[in-house]
Amino acid sequence: MSEYRPDPEALLARVKEEEARARRGKLKVFFGAAAGVGKTYAMLEAAREQRADGVDVVVGYIETHGRAETDALLAGLEILPRQPLEHRGAALTELDLDGALRRRPAIMLVDELAHTNAPGSRHAKRWQDVVELLDAGIDVYTTVNVQHVESLNDVVAKITGVVMRETVPDSVFEQADEVELIDLPPDDLLQRFREGKVYLPGQAQEALGNFFRKGNLIALRELALRRTAERVDAQMRVYRSEHAIDRIWPTVERILVCVGPSPMSTRLVRAAKRMADQLGAEWIAAYVETPAQLRLPAETRDSVIQTLRLAEQLGAQTIRLSGPTMSEALLAYAHDRNVTRLIVGKPRRTRWQRVFLGSIVDTLVQGSGDIDVHVIGGEREEGAAAVPPRRPALPTDWPAYLRAAVVVGLATGVAFGLFPFSELSNLVMVYLLGIVIVAMRTGRGPSLLAAVLSVAAFDFFFVPPRFTFAVTDARYLFTFLVMLIVGLVISGLTVRTRAQAEAAHHREQQTAALYAMSRELAGTRGVDNLLQVAVRHVTDVFHGQVVVLVPGNGGTLTAWTGGQFEVDANELGVARWVYEHRQPAGLGTTTLPGASALHVPLIGSTGAVGVLGLRPTDRHAMDEPERLHQFETFASQTALALERANLATDAQEAEVRIETERLRNSLLSSVSHDLRTPLATITGAVSTILDEGTRLDETTRRELLESVHEEAERLNRLVQNLLEMTRLESGALQLRKDLHPPEEVIGAALSRLGKRLGDRRVTTRVPPDLPLVAMDDVLIEQVLVNLLDNAIKYTPAGSPLDIIATATEQNLTIEVADRGPGLPPGREDKVFEKFYQTEPGEGRGAGLGLAICQGIVRAHGGRIWAQNLPGRGVAFLFTLPLVAPSPAPGHA
Amino acid sequence: MPDPVIVLIEDEPQIRRFLRATLTGQGYRLFEAGTAADGLVEVASRQPDVVIIDLGLPDLDGLEVIRRLREWSKVPVIVLSARGQERDKVGALDAGADDYVSKPFSAGELLARVRVALRHAAGAAHEDSAAFTVGELQVDLLRRHVTVAGTEVRLTPIEYKLLATLVRYAGRVVTHQQLLRDVWGPTHDDQSHYVRVYMAHLRHKIEAQPARPRYLLTEPGVGYRLAAE
Repeated sequence: MSEYRPDPEALLARVKEEEARARRGKLKVFFGAAAGVGKTYAMLEAAREQRADGVDVVVGYIETHGRAETDALLAGLEILPRQPLEHRGAALTELDLDGALRRRPAIMLVDELAHTNAPGSRHAKRWQDVVELLDAGIDVYTTVNVQHVESLNDVVAKITGVVMRETVPDSVFEQADEVELIDLPPDDLLQRFREGKVYLPGQAQEALGNFFRKGNLIALRELALRRTAERVDAQMRVYRSEHAIDRIWPTVERILVCVGPSPMSTRLVRAAKRMADQLGAEWIAAYVETPAQLRLPAETRDSVIQTLRLAEQLGAQTIRLSGPTMSEALLAYAHDRNVTRLIVGKPRRTRWQRVFLGSIVDTLVQGSGDIDVHVIGGEREEGAAAVPPRRPALPTDWPAYLRAAVVVGLATGVAFGLFPFSELSNLVMVYLLGIVIVAMRTGRGPSLLAAVLSVAAFDFFFVPPRFTFAVTDARYLFTFLVMLIVGLVISGLTVRTRAQAEAAHHREQQTAALYAMSRELAGTRGVDNLLQVAVRHVTDVFHGQVVVLVPGNGGTLTAWTGGQFEVDANELGVARWVYEHRQPAGLGTTTLPGASALHVPLIGSTGAVGVLGLRPTDRHAMDEPERLHQFETFASQTALALERANLATDAQEAEVRIETERLRNSLLSSVSHDLRTPLATITGAVSTILDEGTRLDETTRRELLESVHEEAERLNRLVQNLLEMTRLESGALQLRKDLHPPEEVIGAALSRLGKRLGDRRVTTRVPPDLPLVAMDDVLIEQVLVNLLDNAIKYTPAGSPLDIIATATEQNLTIEVADRGPGLPPGREDKVFEKFYQTEPGEGRGAGLGLAICQGIVRAHGGRIWAQNLPGRGVAFLFTLPLVAPSPAPGHA
Repeated sequence: MPDPVIVLIEDEPQIRRFLRATLTGQGYRLFEAGTAADGLVEVASRQPDVVIIDLGLPDLDGLEVIRRLREWSKVPVIVLSARGQERDKVGALDAGADDYVSKPFSAGELLARVRVALRHAAGAAHEDSAAFTVGELQVDLLRRHVTVAGTEVRLTPIEYKLLATLVRYAGRVVTHQQLLRDVWGPTHDDQSHYVRVYMAHLRHKIEAQPARPRYLLTEPGVGYRLAAE
């Protein structure tokens, strides 16, 4: 037996799930086969026990139906006041969800999990309320009957003949932490019913009589027992996989169920779910869009979408396939995905239909290869009967019919023209052409009319005896029949093809709209731009006003400033709920349907990044699940783009931090070196003088002292540079600009350098008529000192230096040129970077001088650059902008 | 004539040590104080010819000391400033100091300042030293005559007044404000560029290389100094 190791990812997921579970409230379900077995009673008993242990228990909503014994159990328990709601004049009360969240007990009792809330409540269903309570960390006790479980709904209906409208999704039931089965033998239950102790709201007592038959009760009890057993089994499987116990069935099963408009589909879906659970297999629900499906009215397509949604809820993957026939599409997909089992419904066609038109089931069975085909049977369900395709009402389509008649008339005219030259059979073709033209432009009805009119016209105008409807040769009747049949078939085909083309076009448009938005989003940067693009596209496609909400500073959701309508406190509340719970809410959904807009969460890979709100101009436009789906698709694209933008911002910030870190390290190591070197010289020289004392001769001592002096000055310059750089970087640099003559600053710089210039020849070319320049003279002097210092460092001692000042209308340019070795070509820009040195490691100075120059010049609004002088060295130039001429000083 | 007396108000012992060596080496009589309070007492009791004071004293801000000093004494004050800001230098000069040196400074720099200070103190007693010479520049204040290397230089009245002011302070730094007040009058003290324009004219007339002046030295951010040596 091969060793089975649990998938690490699955284990991780389980750990995370457990963590989440630990924070979540625990759900305990009191489960029973039917009403009256004593679930509420048992729940109250358990609650009282907890209360006696000191646990904080509050009753959220309990329906005692006036039973004395149940009422008695309520005594002593804190009861949360219910929320009163008015609906159609009737005063109703529901669970006060906000009150419960505020009260935040340890355990809350909420009876009848499957109950539908009255309109005006936050959620449409009570189980949604309970989910919110659990998310908030409150434990809940609740009651559920077996017929309320979604996947068992049809089975129960089959048993009892009564269809329960109120259901609880399997997921809620399955995620319950504890399920306690309240079992009562059917005889006892019947006894209670007869005693009048059983009460079901919303059902007439007679109907209850039907329900409470022994056979039903036995079957229901078995169902409840079996469901509980399945749960135990599932828990056991989880336990085994956690503890790496081998699985019994190593093969991977995959189930495919086909969903169609017929009401059987829901049953098929539920059957598929049960099979998938038993096998531990994944399952897929597929809907095949054939041309025939496209002609169905909206309600039928709705029911398909509802069935698909149900399948999704129950845990299936859903997919839409398209193809000419259902069986082809299904088989192709099934083989593609390595499906092992196919679930279909029993054929409803009569045998004769099957012979002539073929049956889907037969085709599937034939083409299935090694896929198992399960055929699920069952009577046609009451309730949602199949709605036949609606024919367009005659009065509303007059123009089309008129057109049909006109075309037939034209065909007749053409036929008249041809009559002398050709046989009757050719004229038939003309009419057929007419029928095709009508079919291309209009629907079935007009095409049908065209076919009939064509036959009539052909008979009347061309078949002998002409101009009567009578027919001399009976063979022409056959011609008429064939003509009619062909006409009908052609029109049918044409109409269908056109419908398919329209559907494809429609789908293509949807995809194109989505693609257009995706493409534009991909090329856009910046959150604001992104959102504008998204809003524009959404408004184009969905016709309404759009608003986006994103988390602001501090994490609370606020409306983005570019939204198209005002988000009031109400809408904001809805949006915040959506953001927290990551589910759509608002107009057209089952949660908070009273809102004026539909809100969907924007969910990226890291979680919710915002909320997209739509206030459609047509309030019912978003009622179609398809539209909602489409809207959600747009929302998810927007979410991804938004997430990308946020991540880009984060990445940028991270990069900046890294760069800052890098520079800081660079500075530290450079400065460390540059500080220690002169200090080493100073310490060394001075200690030598101290130690050696009189043993040193005068020259040596003098030399040592001079080197100490030089190095001390070097240290001083370095410290100055560092301070200057710090000031520049921290933005503390304040320019104190005033008007100065350029030569003055140059002179000051040269004085400062003093004897470092040594015996070099320094030539200054400063025209006497240079204007005054607005500058901070201290800083510009620094720039000149740094440039000259740089020149001194990198050129041979004694080589000359030139300083040239020139002015144009806009700028003053000062150039410092040397006769040294020049810069390596291509390095002219890099030389201004911090810590750049031409020969790294040769390091004299931290390489800050030129960077400081750049900082200062730029702060003045000028430019600084270096250029190699051909064969002669380097010139460093900088410009300072000139201002309007200064007011003339007063004469003396 | 007795050796000049200098009072040094400086809290850093290392700096006092080398200044002691330098100043006494030149023959000056030196009295030291480590705090402002002590310093003021020394100045009051020793009647020095020059006071050297560090701005960064522990008990009182250097500027405040200068102001107090100026309330009852006209003794020349030289400031040792560690803070590199020109603003502080100007502040010290406005408060009444006569000159400054920025740390780190060399002994020679300080000694030059001391000499200038002493000369002015002495010169105040002898107002008739109307001729000033430095290098090849000669200024005859009596006859309002300026020559450079023997050649006469013609100056406008403003230019002359400017030069004369600098001569009066020869060797010491003069702030723009001071120059404006002395030359143009008290109402003009925010038009420093006037000074610069005229200084530029002066430089062109007097200096061999205006862009590399020998006599009319610029102290950026502070003012000007006429070289005295």
